[in-house]
Amino acid sequence: MLAYWFLGLSSSLVACASPTGERSQLEQAVPGSAIPGNFPVPEYTTAQNPPTKQAFELGRSLFYDASLSRTGEVSCGSCHRQAAAFSDGGQRFSQGVLGHRGTRNSPALQNLRWKRELLWDGGANHIETMPLAPLSNHLEMGETLADVVRKLNASAEYRQRFAQLYGRQPIDSYQFLRALAQFTAALTSANSRYDRYMRQEAGGELSDGELRGLAVLRKNCAPCHAGELFTDESYRNNGLDHAFPLDSGRAHITGRRSDVGRFKVPSLRNIALTAPYMHDGRFKTLTEVLDHYDHGLAASPTLDTVFHQLQGPPGITLSAQQKQDLLAFLGTLTDETFLHDKRLAAPASHSTGTTALTAGVATGNSKSY
Amino acid sequence: MTIPKLPLLLLLLAAALSFTSCTNKEAEPSSNVLRLEISHVVGTSALSLNAATPYTTPAGDAFTVSAFRYYLSNFKLRKTDGTEYAVPESYFLVDEAKADSKTITLHNIPAGEYPSFSFMVGVDSTHNVSGAKAGALDPINAMFWDWNTGYIFAKLEGSSPQAPGNHGLLLHVGGFKTPNNAIRTVSPALGAATIQIRQDRTPTIKLQADVLRMLTGPHTIRFAQTYNVMGAGTAAMSLADNYAAGMFTVQQVQEQ
Repeated sequence: MLAYWFLGLSSSLVACASPTGERSQLEQAVPGSAIPGNFPVPEYTTAQNPPTKQAFELGRSLFYDASLSRTGEVSCGSCHRQAAAFSDGGQRFSQGVLGHRGTRNSPALQNLRWKRELLWDGGANHIETMPLAPLSNHLEMGETLADVVRKLNASAEYRQRFAQLYGRQPIDSYQFLRALAQFTAALTSANSRYDRYMRQEAGGELSDGELRGLAVLRKNCAPCHAGELFTDESYRNNGLDHAFPLDSGRAHITGRRSDVGRFKVPSLRNIALTAPYMHDGRFKTLTEVLDHYDHGLAASPTLDTVFHQLQGPPGITLSAQQKQDLLAFLGTLTDETFLHDKRLAAPASHSTGTTALTAGVATGNSKSY
Repeated sequence: MTIPKLPLLLLLLAAALSFTSCTNKEAEPSSNVLRLEISHVVGTSALSLNAATPYTTPAGDAFTVSAFRYYLSNFKLRKTDGTEYAVPESYFLVDEAKADSKTITLHNIPAGEYPSFSFMVGVDSTHNVSGAKAGALDPINAMFWDWNTGYIFAKLEGSSPQAPGNHGLLLHVGGFKTPNNAIRTVSPALGAATIQIRQDRTPTIKLQADVLRMLTGPHTIRFAQTYNVMGAGTAAMSLADNYAAGMFTVQQVQEQ
């Protein structure tokens, strides 16, 4: 124990002595551990779970390990695929264990460090404990935490890797969730053409149409899709229905009538790859989404006041040109680096059901909270 | 890179000081201990799980108990002069099905005389919003809502002929946000006794929890209406109000 203390002291000496030296080089080894220059301060800071290569790699293995599910069919990565910005692109509802389908569209996993609440209804309040929801949901991974921990402890490889990291046995849920959060917190997308434009870096040129689209977005969409993360993390009713008998959204969590029909405002990053859209995946294309805001809003008691207009029904009136420009701009939020970063892909040695994915077979969970 | 000498000296000094403070903290001998022995009753009977003979609530509903578990946390001891000692990291899951869990040991309490003590029934809001936890607060203990993050503070499960459907009773109390904050702090009276913390003896508080007091008190619980509570809300608040109003009583303080 004392040795650990000395180790801590000596590493803090190093950190004090060279604030920009060895330590940041260490952190660079883990994707997403450097905070992008144009981003705000994260909710889940690196200090809370200091990124290390070893812990990140363990989290990566866990993320892609289908044996965590009850039947061995579904991993986190089954429904959160890197090529679709860790959404289940193309799937309205994802497939969980035993052929079950979820009830909400699988959201993209990106920039989770900046989220105080997760899931479409914000029911999860921390990045570390959030995975417990899909793990235990019978429509998704259908497993108990006790069984997950039992399976991890039954694996010689996991026992060894966890012991190297935490220095104690057996593996418990704390170690499991902290390691998994090393990976999910590393899913930072901040290198789109838009980001390079904002940081005035090479390759950050936007066309006239794209710049016009950015202006339209800032004027018409930014009350909700705000800031560099393109979401204010609020819950809003964006006029999908007149009533919400099957899924009340945020009200399911708060019990408040004023929250009926409200869902988390999603980020617009990588949006070209995360169709279909909305919490229930009802819109197949971004054009359908823009048409909805322009003339498709359904009135209800909790419809967000942001859609009130001086004249006419609620909505966001957009001309054909504005829609065209917006779509052009939204394309600049695609982050090729993030989508193709090999460090975030399934580890080569893993039997994660990725073969089924490359064969185009949809497996996976979906958000039904 | 050269390290300036003065800052290094200061750093070493700080390190040395932190050594000292560590030793100071651990200087409190571990014999400064308080034990709590908890017994569970239903009115005048001892609680036994899945008993053949059902119990009866003061309102007249019959019921059996298959599980009775709750968190006790954030223990504090108060001296006569009003100063309080908060026992750090004191989180315990008490479970009728686990005999060991009904004895709680608090260590490293400053010596002195404490005429009162208090604890939380449940888990403070900070620990409901700060991610993964080990030990008593490990979500593996099935006292955690994963779809709406938060700890279940108290769980009473069983059956009652008055409950509709399959007659199952699932009373799960939790919630840490206004207006449904079900965290309750209680301070069961010690009567004339005081808690004497000294190196040479270990006092034991015999604490009793009466299941009936969860179902009666400020709110009368009838199983026909209240039989399935699985989240924060008014029903959980009523159950919490009840158990805060006198479920826990001190039977005796033993000096050993």
